[in-house]
Amino acid sequence: MSNTLNQTGDIYVGVQQADFDISNEYNLMRKDNQEDGAIVFFTGLVRDFNQGNNVTGLFLEHYPGMTEKALHDIVLQAKQRWPISRVRVIHRIGQLHLADQIVYVAVSGKHREASFDACRFIMDYLKNQAPFWKKETTKHGDVWVEALQKDKTAMNKWQQE
Amino acid sequence: MLTILFFAQLREQLKTESFDLSIELPCTIDDVLTGLVEQNPKWAQFIQKRTLLSAVNQSMAEGNHTVIKGDEIAFFPPVTGG
Repeated sequence: MSNTLNQTGDIYVGVQQADFDISNEYNLMRKDNQEDGAIVFFTGLVRDFNQGNNVTGLFLEHYPGMTEKALHDIVLQAKQRWPISRVRVIHRIGQLHLADQIVYVAVSGKHREASFDACRFIMDYLKNQAPFWKKETTKHGDVWVEALQKDKTAMNKWQQE
Repeated sequence: MLTILFFAQLREQLKTESFDLSIELPCTIDDVLTGLVEQNPKWAQFIQKRTLLSAVNQSMAEGNHTVIKGDEIAFFPPVTGG
């Protein structure tokens, strides 16, 4: 699925069914980049045990258009808050299987502290504000994943700092 | 006329991904929810302001947000991506 937003400057947001390649992604963060001293990235995977027992797969529903917009807004907030350079966010949709990659967030900057914080901030906000919904496939049927208070608490911490 | 979109569990519960609501504009998101239940009494059990999130023109919006002609309105459960 293509992205309708402008991929301005050092920001890339992708919402797609296709898998992504971490080494390609990492190279894109490094390519022609002599200013940054740090690259931090996070990858989220499908695991076999969650709220439903014996998860065998996952379907990711999203709100086309709003997902890209929400992710882009979150990245802009992070850029305003920390001196960071490049940010790439990819979130997959559709049917996923165990151990598949779901989400990728990469941040580069001159120093590690800002890059670590911004990467975590983007994930914490994505979990609460980007319109994706997970439906787990289990041996006992399909189950919608419930939003967790701990994810909300993680986001709220950034608002108190 | 206002077209309302539904996602995820709410879409399954209401058995539709959208609904054309006749409502006087401008109004608020809370008015839209009230209107949806008035015109679909069976939806009352699923449409609960405390638990649903709403978006106007693809940005999150609170219940007192004003809705005008042409706005894209959506309701959905708390998000669970990432």
